[in-house]
Amino acid sequence: MSTVRAPTPLLRRLWLSTDARRLAACVAGGLVLAVMTGPEGSGTAPTSGFTGSLGNSRVIGFVVFGVVLWLLMTARQRYGTEIRAVSDRLSAAPRRLLPDKRVRGVFYLVLLGIAIGYPTVLNGFWQEVLVDQIGVYVLLALGLNVVVGYAGLLDLGYIAFYAIGAYSAAYWTGALPVHPLFHLNAFYAIPLAVLAAMLAGVILGAPTLRLRGDYLAIVTLGFGEIIEIVANNLQGVTGGAQGVIGIPHFSIHFLGVVYHWGLGSLPYYYLLLGFIVVVLIAFHFLENSRVGRAWVAIREDEVAAESSGINVLKYKVMAFAIGASTSGLAGMVEASKIGFVEPGDFTVQLSILILVLVIFGGMGSLPGAVIGAAVLQFLPQYLRVHPLFGFQQQDLYLYLGAILVVMMIFRPVGVFPSRRRKRELGLAEHGVGSADAMESTTGPIS
Amino acid sequence: MVPTATASDPIVQVEAITLRFGGLTSLSDVSLTQQRGEILAVIGPNGAGKTSLFNCLTGVYHPQEGNITFHDDHGKSVEIVGPKPRFAGLGGKSHVRNHGRKPHQVNRAGIARTFQTSRLFNALTAFENVKIGVESRMHTGPIGAMLRLPRTRHEDRESDARASELLEFVGLRERANDIASSLPYGDRRRLEIARALGTSPQLLLLDEPAAGTNPAEKNELVRLIRKVNDERGVSVLLIEHDMGLVMTLADRIVVLNFGQVIASGVPAEVQQNPAVIEAYLGAPDPEDAYDTSGPAEDGPEK
Amino acid sequence: MCFTQNFWNLVVSGLYDGFLYALIALGYTLVYGVLQLINFAHSEVFMSGGFASYFILHALVGTNQPTGLASVGYVALGVLGGGAGGAAIAFLLERVAYRPLRRRNAPRLAFLISAIGASYFLYNLAGKEFGRNALEIPTLFTNGPVFSVFGATVQTIYVVTAIAALIMLVIVDRVVAMTRLGKGIRAVAQDAETASLMGVPIDRVISQTFIIGGLLGGAAGFLFGLNAGVIFTMGFTPALKAFTAAVLGGIGNIRGAVLGGLLLGIVENLGVACTQASWRDVVAFGILVLVLLIRPTGLLGEQLGRAA
Repeated sequence: MSTVRAPTPLLRRLWLSTDARRLAACVAGGLVLAVMTGPEGSGTAPTSGFTGSLGNSRVIGFVVFGVVLWLLMTARQRYGTEIRAVSDRLSAAPRRLLPDKRVRGVFYLVLLGIAIGYPTVLNGFWQEVLVDQIGVYVLLALGLNVVVGYAGLLDLGYIAFYAIGAYSAAYWTGALPVHPLFHLNAFYAIPLAVLAAMLAGVILGAPTLRLRGDYLAIVTLGFGEIIEIVANNLQGVTGGAQGVIGIPHFSIHFLGVVYHWGLGSLPYYYLLLGFIVVVLIAFHFLENSRVGRAWVAIREDEVAAESSGINVLKYKVMAFAIGASTSGLAGMVEASKIGFVEPGDFTVQLSILILVLVIFGGMGSLPGAVIGAAVLQFLPQYLRVHPLFGFQQQDLYLYLGAILVVMMIFRPVGVFPSRRRKRELGLAEHGVGSADAMESTTGPIS
Repeated sequence: MVPTATASDPIVQVEAITLRFGGLTSLSDVSLTQQRGEILAVIGPNGAGKTSLFNCLTGVYHPQEGNITFHDDHGKSVEIVGPKPRFAGLGGKSHVRNHGRKPHQVNRAGIARTFQTSRLFNALTAFENVKIGVESRMHTGPIGAMLRLPRTRHEDRESDARASELLEFVGLRERANDIASSLPYGDRRRLEIARALGTSPQLLLLDEPAAGTNPAEKNELVRLIRKVNDERGVSVLLIEHDMGLVMTLADRIVVLNFGQVIASGVPAEVQQNPAVIEAYLGAPDPEDAYDTSGPAEDGPEK
Repeated sequence: MCFTQNFWNLVVSGLYDGFLYALIALGYTLVYGVLQLINFAHSEVFMSGGFASYFILHALVGTNQPTGLASVGYVALGVLGGGAGGAAIAFLLERVAYRPLRRRNAPRLAFLISAIGASYFLYNLAGKEFGRNALEIPTLFTNGPVFSVFGATVQTIYVVTAIAALIMLVIVDRVVAMTRLGKGIRAVAQDAETASLMGVPIDRVISQTFIIGGLLGGAAGFLFGLNAGVIFTMGFTPALKAFTAAVLGGIGNIRGAVLGGLLLGIVENLGVACTQASWRDVVAFGILVLVLLIRPTGLLGEQLGRAA
């Protein structure tokens, strides 16, 4: 910044030194964190939040945090190659430890065993969290991962499809003011709910996916908002702002097998776990199929993909529809579990929350989506009930927003990146390829 | 495979196309015909409209006037660009507007292309690049892929085999698992050709295949293009600056200047054509050099 | 038709909304011009302006009720204060959420995500620090009918907003068209790479573009707050509509943003007359979707670089 005339040479030299500027940025980051974790202010005393968090001995801790961060960053720069070598080896470790397909299979089975066995020893609160906060959101994150991670599209109205799934559940089971031709058992309505969400995805996607990527983001944001408004206002169809109650729990009567899901969380947890495992396997296959490779091609270079015979629009709509149906499935399950739907469950910020889950874990990475969703959905609950932290639920989006920015600046590939995505982003940053599907509009220039 | 002069079996016919960008006319009344099995070169000075022509052929640009028709090996004709009558509303005269196919449809019809600066899928391996080309001809949908149905697996094995075979064909077998961005320049060119061949084209369009290659790489490319034409029976249409390459490779040459065809014929004829010499070396009299009543240069050459 | 009855009343209130949309839309359009990116966090620039002006006026005016020249002075102060708050946040935003990504040549997806993150961070921080209830900006003038056109009463607040907005819009139009800074903005918009080769300091131009957009957005935050009060969530809907306005007029096109803003304001108000107030946003988003599908380049076209 040549514009700033520093009063003394020393200050000027400090300003020009990257180290000093980075130190200042790190300390500033520490102070921001102090404010974020500090007390609340109010309209009448707007500075009280700041003074309460900065004019206090606790600020020292955050300044120290900033300095340590700076030391780490400087070290990383000085010894970058060595550190990268170590981190590469660390991230490659699971792959090297599990080279054999069979060993890996056993590893996954053990994980599955833990996922099945461990929840039984949890108390009711955590079992509920496991379904409402973690299970449903893992499923949602897996679906959005197809749109954002695989196809490189930004969908900010993703929760709308969840709403469509939930209202479908209500519709087919007769809970809505409008009644279907025939009532269905909630369990058998699952395919219809998924289908409805998928159709909505196609109807919204087919025209809008021709648009530039950032326009798509805005249109989907608007769509999410519209769905919420519609749900609120169409009293006669959706039950309005109060929502509807009385969506029955799932039950199966099939070939002599009879099972009822009830109020307990565990049966729903196992149902969700089943869905998640199936979806994981299906998406894993999808990623490594003709369809998955077509998405990579589109992300990398839309023009080249088209010239290689890939119908770009079709594949984008496909990704959108697959994401939407997964979201619809999650909405269906949750609606049946809690027994009611209301528009307040589909606020636009939930779409952002799911986006954070995917980004945090690593776009395009299945383990990333699962672990990201599980960790980020578990932490707030844990911090909320833990007496030491006293986390306020209303501050959640403050932290999520910060996570998004920090991730984009320092680790855009996410915490558990897919190898392919990591390579793409690395190359894109050297000016090769685009790593998203944002650039061009499909269709000829004439 | 030099076609006999009598039997006319065109693979692609460009009829009087005109392409404008705002006020600039980049191609004006350009016609050309390529015979099946032929290697046709389109040459011309910078800004002559070569790349524009190429982009019209591949569906990137849709010319305002004229037709482009592709005749595939099975006797089917596909209109790449052609007039499409449009209903102009009540009382209005129905007007005709040119309608073109999208790039992926052009590719499906049987025309594959490469790019002037190679556009590979850089984060993928050489093998995956070719496989994506091959797979664009397969049928697996998302459901099949998610369930990994037997047919999906069968198609996958088939694509693997085809991709390996193509890598072998262009001489990149050892490089199969290398990341595309790590390949040397000449290899990238060949990989792009392999990817294009993966889509089973009957006509291959090469946009300056030798640009930026060294002499050794160029020789190999010439050999490869020959091989594509001879062994696979793929017709080749190429744009090139390198005269040496064009003269050794092409069966026939079409020369563009200022968006118009100024000459065409076998290399020996074209070489002697005064209009061509003038276009390349400039007219002896500077007055004449600008005395072309033809349209302006083409804008989007790159 | 449903809106014929108070057509002119609806047009007048539409113009009022439209001026606000136009001011915000300019921020989108200017930034889009130089970065080819939608600044998703612009809503929070708007919100910051509202809060900045609130705190300044709250401290200076309190519960007094200024009259005459003092009113005018305080309104000007509010515009400047709001503008300064918006500009400061816009500057920081570019520095923190955009510049590091630009340095790295990150994909566009990363910019959008970073901006969304910044937006959520900022408005929730405002909620945390300044409370989650609406705050009323002190009364600066008595609002009432000033005059009427075609039977439609024009309120004081409409006049104030229109005058303030017009002054700012003209200044910005002239700045971009005539000054060195404007030349820089247009050069970067047309071709950033060439501009930098020709010695245009790209980073500085981008920073300044954000600041100009922030000034306008922040001032709009104040004008909006005069009527509706300020609250941490105030940015979302007006900003989304202003974006619609920018697209409607042709994003990257300054006069297009103004035209789009006014048009959207009027159409929205007429549309609401035919439905209910609660469908207001649906009308606006419906317009957005239609414009994007039918004429994505907007009414005046995307005059990138030829910003005047």
